[in-house]
This record gives sequence, C-alpha cells and structure tokens, in this order.
Amino acid sequence: MGKLTIGCFASLVGSTNLDFAVKLAGAALDKGHKVDLWVSGNGTMLSLQDQRAFKDYSYLEKPVKELMEKGLNVTACEACAEARGYHDSNTLEGVKRFSMDWYLGSTFDADRVLHIGGE
Amino acid sequence: MATTKLGFIVQRPGYKSENPKLALTHAIASQSVEIYLDDEDEVTCDVAFIGDGVLNCIKDQKAVENYQLNSTESHIKMALLCDLNIFVCKEDLDKYGLTENDIVLDANEMGGDLEVKVVPYEEITKMMEEMKHLLFF
Repeated sequence: MGKLTIGCFASLVGSTNLDFAVKLAGAALDKGHKVDLWVSGNGTMLSLQDQRAFKDYSYLEKPVKELMEKGLNVTACEACAEARGYHDSNTLEGVKRFSMDWYLGSTFDADRVLHIGGE
Repeated sequence: MATTKLGFIVQRPGYKSENPKLALTHAIASQSVEIYLDDEDEVTCDVAFIGDGVLNCIKDQKAVENYQLNSTESHIKMALLCDLNIFVCKEDLDKYGLTENDIVLDANEMGGDLEVKVVPYEEITKMMEEMKHLLFF
C-alpha cells in the first residue's frame, strides 16, 4: 500500500475543494493507503471544532473525525491558523498543528502528492 | 541519502489571493524540514512563476507601505537567500510587456548570491520533469 499526501489550501466554506480532499482521503484510506492531510491558508478552517451543520454550507467535522479514527493524519499550519484566530483551544481534537516544514516532510516519502491550492 | 524534489508552480497574481506567498513560504520551509527526516535525507524546492504568476515578480512592491504586509518581492528575495532556484517564464513576461528590468532579479543587498532565472517555458517544463512532485499555486 502507498502513501498519499494531500495539501489543501481552500476554505471549509466557499468552495467544495476541502470536501473533495476529505472524500479522496476517505477513499484512499478504504483502499488501505496511508493518508496525510495538510491544511494551510484558509484551509485551516477545517481544524476548527464545533462546526455547525447547515444544508447550505459544507460541514466536515463529523467525517474528518470518523476518518481520523480510521487513521487519517490531519495537520494544520500553525501560523495560518493563529493568524485567523484559530488557537489550540478551539482546535478539533486529533488535529495536529505544525509549521510548513511538516508538509514538506510528509511529501518526502509520499508516493503521490495532491496539492489543491486556495481560492 | 535520498532527495525528494518538489516543484512549486505559481500561476496566480500576487495579493489577489494568498497562494503565491504561501508557495514561497512553504518552499522556504525546506530549510528546516530535516527535523522530520533521517540524517542526510532532504527535500529541495524549485519555484517557477508562469502565466499571471510572473506579476508576483515585479520589483518595488509597496505592500509594507500600503498594507503593513511583507511583500511577495521580499519573499522572493528570502527564497534566493535560501538558495532556492527561482524561474520566471520569459514568454509570459513578454506577454505583459515586462523585461528583466521590471522584476526582482537578486537579493544582493541582503547578501544573496543566487539570481532569478528568466528562461523560456521549455526550460521550466524541463525543470518540472525533474521533480518528483509538482505543487500548483
């Protein structure tokens, strides 16, 4: 089995790029691959806890929690998060926060890297 | 010892979105990636500005004066100081009527030796072929 590193810079609300990234991560996990998901820029919104589900807005807290239980490794850019007022105290349990070199480190032994830029 | 080569391809103009600056800050982060790797393993990053992305390279940006933000220009200089290869597409500069005189080419005033390489797109495609992974911003 392989390793997939996904970098997503798109926000939780505003496009469905993060939705796609999370769905792809789930599909790869189901096939037995290891998946790292890096969120940076507006993508760090994914790391917020207490998201509220509305039918008109993307809601990924529940699926991300379920995927993390299956082994999905989610890491948010700490500087990008802090700049937006997303602190340790309101970060979804299980989501890690590191600096940008973590993403590059994850690509080192990744079989594939899928980078999804921001809006 | 193993090396993973990453190619950062910047296609969007500066300041309209965060992407170009994030491309540069992530590429510069290659300077500290060794904390996640075994001894002597490394990740290297080349950065290429193509299409509208070449507009990021215009010199004398006033981001600090107007927005109290570090300019994309200063990040390009920082990348040069970190010895990252920076490519700028010659044809796309031409498309905007820009020449090497209009863009940041070096970080000499900061003690940098490396210079931006203005090259035909063909050379950028060669660079991309040498990379293990490409990241489009």
